[in-house]
Amino acid sequence: MVKYALLPGAVALALLVAPSAWAASDADLDEIRTQIKELRSSYEARIRALEERLRQAEAKAVAPQPVAISAPLVAATAPSSPNAFNPAISVILQGTYANLSQDPSRFAIAGFAPGGEIGPGKRGFSLGESELVLSANVDDKFAGNLIVSLSPENTVSVEEAYGLWLTAPYGLAPKFGRFFSGLGYLNEQHQHNWDFVDAPLAYQAFLGRQYATDGIQAKWIAPIDHYFELGAEVGNGEGFPGSARSRNGVGSAAVFAHTGGDIGLSHNWRAGISYLRTRARDRAYTLADNAGNDADVFFTGASRVAVADFVWKYAPSGNARETSFKLQGEYFWRSERGDFTFTDASRYSARQSGWYLQGVYKFMPAWRIGARYDRLDPGRVDYGANAATFGATDFNPKRYSVMLDYTPSEFSRLRLQFAQSRTLPDVTDKQWFVQYVLSLGAHGAHKY
Amino acid sequence: MRSHLLIVMVALAAWIAPARADLSVFATVPEWGALVQELGGDKVKVYIATNALQDPHHVEAKPSLIARARSADLVVSTGAELEVGWLPLVVQQSGNPKVRPGAPGHFEAAAFVPLLGKPTRLDRAEGDVHPQGDPHVQTDARNIARVATPLAAKMAALDPSNAAHYQSRLKSFSERWSAAVARWEREAAPLRGVPVVVQHKAFTYLVEWLGLKEVAALEPKPGLEPTTAHLSSVLETLQRTPARMVLRAAYQGDRASQWIAARAKLKAVVLPFTVGGTEGARDLFGLFDDTIQRLLKGAE
Repeated sequence: MVKYALLPGAVALALLVAPSAWAASDADLDEIRTQIKELRSSYEARIRALEERLRQAEAKAVAPQPVAISAPLVAATAPSSPNAFNPAISVILQGTYANLSQDPSRFAIAGFAPGGEIGPGKRGFSLGESELVLSANVDDKFAGNLIVSLSPENTVSVEEAYGLWLTAPYGLAPKFGRFFSGLGYLNEQHQHNWDFVDAPLAYQAFLGRQYATDGIQAKWIAPIDHYFELGAEVGNGEGFPGSARSRNGVGSAAVFAHTGGDIGLSHNWRAGISYLRTRARDRAYTLADNAGNDADVFFTGASRVAVADFVWKYAPSGNARETSFKLQGEYFWRSERGDFTFTDASRYSARQSGWYLQGVYKFMPAWRIGARYDRLDPGRVDYGANAATFGATDFNPKRYSVMLDYTPSEFSRLRLQFAQSRTLPDVTDKQWFVQYVLSLGAHGAHKY
Repeated sequence: MRSHLLIVMVALAAWIAPARADLSVFATVPEWGALVQELGGDKVKVYIATNALQDPHHVEAKPSLIARARSADLVVSTGAELEVGWLPLVVQQSGNPKVRPGAPGHFEAAAFVPLLGKPTRLDRAEGDVHPQGDPHVQTDARNIARVATPLAAKMAALDPSNAAHYQSRLKSFSERWSAAVARWEREAAPLRGVPVVVQHKAFTYLVEWLGLKEVAALEPKPGLEPTTAHLSSVLETLQRTPARMVLRAAYQGDRASQWIAARAKLKAVVLPFTVGGTEGARDLFGLFDDTIQRLLKGAE
């Protein structure tokens, strides 16, 4: 192809040279002929060289110029559409089948004032919380996230709804609105990401399952190679162990610090401490008195919760696909001080603690087994003038749980769990659960 | 007392803000880390978030990654949803606005490569599908060169004082790379048309580049574990259209490959897949030297 394109050029060149040849002698003509011959052969050589280069270039097709590469990619944008700015949407569907040897409506934790959504849930088949998650960047400064929980009783609640200020200085990225507190380890994770069907007893007893607040949170990651996070949040403090108090200003405050890192290729960890201070006014609950009768009581005062948490994960060479192991534990302390009202108001103080430890082992792709131990310490409770009616208990509520789950893909999980729960003296609840968790839509990212 | 406080403050400031003359780069996978190192030399500080023995689809947003993303000037990722399960969370939790998607410090390699394997049906029932196309672009050596030019330009834009340094290193790298690609293609000529089985559809670009013939995949759907039923059907396929070898990446378990290799009389070949995947794959050049040697050995 190239050869034929260039030949007319050579001929034209020859013609250009030719006019001067009319008057030339035979010798001159011979010289011209040899020159043309040389010209032609040199052209042919160059053409061959060019062809060779072209052939090599075609074979390689290596690294075209950047302009040539990126140009078609720039043009290949999606056509505009009013839906193009829709937020990322995902839905979590879940449900359980529970077989409980004790009536869940009589669930209580001896020595502890309950609150929030606690207990093992309903017997038989029941739909779990369905969650609807919407998230997107709002503009160049803000991002937003909404998580709506649809309860099996056909009520809708806003689980989290917050904005993030992305361009805040020092990498603070403040979160504002309603959110799960950064307290502890498990608190920030949504229930469908938990490794067991239900929350640890310590979470149920001290935080009413999970602590959320309406307020502002800021986290700061130190700009160093080692992970060090400081966080603080203030909120209305209406969630258990606090309560709604109709007042201006800050109702609750929490601070937390986390650190963590890698040990070699195969191990990584995170540990932290957190402190929450909130207040309750007329926080109502039902307590069994010394005679075993239920009594309606109220607490008004300050509640302080401290949490120490750690998690350690192992995967051979960091590859968690085949096998992995995760060990996590949290220790809670709670101190409450204020007024306790039964028939009369009296001074009240309680210092209680509890913890859990759990391990989950992925023994082959898609399959995991796990075990958990929960224990609460009723500690010292001083009922003041009501001490005659409500004696302190020395019973330690505890629970053993084991689970097996199957995760065929990142988007589905089936779980079987058995627990032996002793939250009241002389009562053992044998609990069997079968649970499914399905997630649809946008690919969610899981927190560590 | 006050002077003590001052000393503490200064020490703290020195600890928090270490002297940084270098461009700090967070690379999600080893191949881009190696490329940044080639282009940046001693002017860059590279942190590689994963290693070659890790499945790049299944990485956790662990504390060390958040800490490293916090102080990065540039995040170099593959894109095309390879890191969708963890990178957005790492970047968001790090609170580093410089490297957020869309910010100048966020580079996605897949944007500069013509992507293959774009799914015709976008449905999770098809497994772990990547809507924009197959993200494992680094298995074709020509794609490394395609990414090198815009990456060097990005590094120069973020660190203008060293722009000339990056450009001259790019020039030197491109020359050596072109020569190496030509050599690899010569060496790999006997592989043209060789039928292979892959464990995960991770080698689309390699297969395309060297003209191999992909007969079957051991995973029933991308990202799903091979099942016995599917392996049996692959075995049946192989009886009709025999293959020479079964390929798996260094990070994948060998059970399925060994199973099929024993029954279909194939050679099980482990490819480094990225820098560090095998002893020989020490850098980008070693990655392809070793890949081609292993393929040639498998095709014998």
